[in-house]
Amino acid sequence: MNDTRPDPDALLAEVVQQEAASHRGKLKVFFGSNAGVGKTYAMLDEARKRAAEGIDVVIGYAEAHIRPETESLLLGLDLLPYKLIEYKGATLKEFDLDAALVRKPAIVCVDELAHTNAPGLRHAKRWQDVYELLDAGINVYSTLNVQHLESVNDIVEHITGVRVNETLPDKVFDEADEVELIDISPDELIERLREGKVYKTQQAEQALRHFFNRGNLIALRELALRRTAERVDAQMRDFRRVHDIAKPWAANERVLVCVGPSPFAAQLIRATKRLASAFRAQWLAVSIETPIAAALSSDARERLAQNLRLAEQLGAQTVTLTGTNVVDELLAFARQRNITKIVIGKPDRPRWRDWLSGSIVDDLIRRSGQIDIYVVRHEQKASTNTAQNPAPPRRIHWAEYGCATLICAVATALGMFMYHVLGHEGESFSNTNVLMIDLLAVLFVAARFDRGPAIFASLFTVAAFDFTVVPPYYTFNVSDSQYLLTFAVMLVTALVISTLTHSIRRQREAARNRERSTAALLSLSRELAATREKKNIALIIARHVAEVFDSQAILFLPTLERELAIAAASGELPPLDDKELSVIRWVFDHNQPAGCGTTTLPAARGIYLPLAASSGNVGVLGLLDPRRSADPEILHQLEAFANQSALAVERAALAEESARAWERVEAEFLRNTLLSGVSHDLRTPLAAITGAASSLAETDSLSPAAGKELAENIVHEAERMELLITNLLDMTRLEAGGFQLHKEWHALPEIVGSAIHHLHKRLSQHRIVAHLPANLPLVFLDGLAMEQVFTNLLDNAGIYTPPGTEIAISAFITSDRLTIDVTDHGPGLPSTDPARVFQKFFRGGSRPDTHARRGMGLGLSICKGIVELHGGTITASNRPEGGAIFRITLPREGTPPTIDTQG
Amino acid sequence: MTEPQPTILVIEDEEPIRKFLRVSLASHGYRLVESADAADGLVQAASCQPDLIILDLGLPDMDGVELTRRIRQWSKVPIVIVSARGKEQDKVVALDAGADDYLTKPFGVSELLARLRVALRHTSKSDTGEAVFDLGDLHIDMVRRLITRAGQPLHLTPNEYRLLTLLVKHAGKVLTHRQILHEIWGPGSALETHYLRVYMNQLRQKLEADPAQPRYLLTEPGVGYRLNV
Repeated sequence: MNDTRPDPDALLAEVVQQEAASHRGKLKVFFGSNAGVGKTYAMLDEARKRAAEGIDVVIGYAEAHIRPETESLLLGLDLLPYKLIEYKGATLKEFDLDAALVRKPAIVCVDELAHTNAPGLRHAKRWQDVYELLDAGINVYSTLNVQHLESVNDIVEHITGVRVNETLPDKVFDEADEVELIDISPDELIERLREGKVYKTQQAEQALRHFFNRGNLIALRELALRRTAERVDAQMRDFRRVHDIAKPWAANERVLVCVGPSPFAAQLIRATKRLASAFRAQWLAVSIETPIAAALSSDARERLAQNLRLAEQLGAQTVTLTGTNVVDELLAFARQRNITKIVIGKPDRPRWRDWLSGSIVDDLIRRSGQIDIYVVRHEQKASTNTAQNPAPPRRIHWAEYGCATLICAVATALGMFMYHVLGHEGESFSNTNVLMIDLLAVLFVAARFDRGPAIFASLFTVAAFDFTVVPPYYTFNVSDSQYLLTFAVMLVTALVISTLTHSIRRQREAARNRERSTAALLSLSRELAATREKKNIALIIARHVAEVFDSQAILFLPTLERELAIAAASGELPPLDDKELSVIRWVFDHNQPAGCGTTTLPAARGIYLPLAASSGNVGVLGLLDPRRSADPEILHQLEAFANQSALAVERAALAEESARAWERVEAEFLRNTLLSGVSHDLRTPLAAITGAASSLAETDSLSPAAGKELAENIVHEAERMELLITNLLDMTRLEAGGFQLHKEWHALPEIVGSAIHHLHKRLSQHRIVAHLPANLPLVFLDGLAMEQVFTNLLDNAGIYTPPGTEIAISAFITSDRLTIDVTDHGPGLPSTDPARVFQKFFRGGSRPDTHARRGMGLGLSICKGIVELHGGTITASNRPEGGAIFRITLPREGTPPTIDTQG
Repeated sequence: MTEPQPTILVIEDEEPIRKFLRVSLASHGYRLVESADAADGLVQAASCQPDLIILDLGLPDMDGVELTRRIRQWSKVPIVIVSARGKEQDKVVALDAGADDYLTKPFGVSELLARLRVALRHTSKSDTGEAVFDLGDLHIDMVRRLITRAGQPLHLTPNEYRLLTLLVKHAGKVLTHRQILHEIWGPGSALETHYLRVYMNQLRQKLEADPAQPRYLLTEPGVGYRLNV
């Protein structure tokens, strides 16, 4: 392999980036080492210049109110009103994202890129606001201090001793289109501070003492310069890659960091990021799930997820491996991915544990072969960042304590009974055995309940044992020191057992949870696979999600106008207010999760995920008032469900689309058949007419007999044409829904008679028989339409049966329906599927002797249409004794009017 | 024949139809006057005193029904209307407005001639008509109020008898449902068509050999009835 070739993936990423960038707004960051260097001033100065050039510039947010010279820059610029947020009694001024999006200027200035938004705003962080502006094609000017960069967070803390909580993912800085370093010398900065240009004088004194001492400022300045240099370097590399300048192509370093739930892992991750940047290497963060790790507490799992998120934010690819041996898995993965360096944390456990279970670090170093191992120390005093998300307070199960007390009390009572009653009667009852009973009780409690009750039980039994069995009785004094050992062993036993039980139970629960969600996912996908319709798919999704997450699930799908509508919801849906709906809309438009439990719009009632499919966003899955919103797992699990759902919904949408396409094709086919049918069937009689008529007109020597035959031919063909046109018109009216029935009370024999009379010339070669009961009551129907039905049926029978045979029409009536049969003695219908004769343009093989009297294949489908308009059915079948039978069944409507016919 | 040639006014906008009528009617001894629109038709009807008018319902300048009403204001000349299939309601309106009969396009020459003969006969005869009427093996004696079939007397109810004699008086000519109901049950009768259907059905049971395939009492679908002669 030629290593100097640019990585195709990298080039693709470049293309994607450029493509996105062409629509995206540009971000310019005014970057400084510290507050007071003049970032805001520089930003506003630049904004003024742009505004003077006639560009539409708006000040979205500027922290200028305390520095007069900066404030003066704002004069004459378009200021966006702040969004005022009431929070804990104070009114916070925040950047109004929506106003900016509506205003849509060319450039928006938003100060303090690393700012954390007040609760209640759409995004948790201001940089997310900025990204939304960029997505909307708006250019943004913003400011940033180096200490807010995530990757230098530890270093800054190390230098200044102050932990910065407002951090910005490095990718935002790295992805910025332009970074302008605002740099002044530390002395000048201190001077400015003294003059009160940065903070008000009193604050300034304090700041000078704590943060702004010269050493700190130099160190921070170096950091800012270095970080800017790194960016310039990266730009240089990008330039080289794009322009295929291969010479100084860095070695293909890949760094891997092994991440656990430890709070120190964040330091480890930042260190790795710096290392990777220095080596210009790709880097990966890996967490390894072993059976022991699977039993992690929810706190630990939360921390692990946070650590992985941090790594992702810093640009790492994150992977979770599973296996029994950490070192095996790590090395196997590292070799597979061509990792050149592995970073792991310095173990913080005592040496004796290494002796017992072996040291991962030692093992890794011994077996790493070609891979370099970096062991990174951590700061002992490192505080965790979890303060922002305090763990929910542990619930105390008082019932468990009650049960434990009861069990221990019973055991103690039993022990007392044996020791004092039984022991005094016979041989002395050993107090060791009493201890055994107590131990049993502790064992039971530990195995049954949480760790708290177990410890409580061991303490309780030890105390009770001491009180009741150990002399001096009924005091807590201990006369014999050997009992102290008994107590200690008892306590340790209880602790060990309860810890073991606890961890087994945790593991079991974790396994069960995972199994449950896997099974749920499986059953969802199985049920979805068997469903085609979008509506049903939506219902299935809502039901499954609601079951698994034990909360109300809603599925929103876009309508044809791209409006979101609730496609399905589990249970009675509470009304969603406009705020909630706007969150859902946001999720759909931005293809990112939002709502409670996420960093975007966390104040929402529900958590909402986009249904991202290959063709784009196909909907939004929501969980209202989720039960476990604090659990980061929920988002991951819900994501899995959203993915499944997206696939199913997309499939249904595609199926709908293809059905529509099929309908169009079918309509097209029908039209073509109709056109070819019409052109053929109308032209044939027309040709005959033209031929006969021209013979009559142009041939002088025509015998009178021949002339008469030709003329008769013309009449016959013209009649045929008329029939075709009548059928065509009727069919068109039926198809278009313009066929309106005029129902009246009719005598069936009259309608049948009229149809027979209409056809008597055409059916002169057949015997027509009508078997209609004399007492047939009046029936409510459209007489003309039904006459058309009988005419078509009789005509059809005439065409397809030999001359001389009988065509019979009979009727019988019951209390709820009228049945009319038309039977013939012809060859019968095609045996495979008699119902086909009712299809449009179906034509059977006609009798050879009927000289081209075939119709267009519309007659019977018109019959079907008319009968169905009457709410009836028409069937075609072959009679066992030969010939075909067409049966019309009509529902009887109302009661026929009674008429005194004696008058 | 010593009878003078009857004059027929054709009011029809389609030249091919006029040509067909001109050729076929002339060869059967009729004299033809032609009009291509209603305005000219009205003038011709007044000036040339036709014996019969063939009127197309679909004229460009005036509704055929309206034209019928105007002519009926001053003339009893028989009017035979011509219209397309599916316009049954228009025919009924025209017939009720005073037209004597109708033809559905397309029609054959034999059908046309039959209609013309019937219409011309009814004007040439006085309204009293003949008291005795024979129809196949049916003998109808309106003086003695006696009806026999192959010599056997038939018993008809009063309404059946009135219906039959009405049709006999207008033999060969179409009568609309409304016209029949008015004649038999009086002009103010609010009776509906199905009364007529029931009586007609009974009459057929008594007079026709096969009531489902009547030879004499014909149904004009959607319009009315006609006694076939």
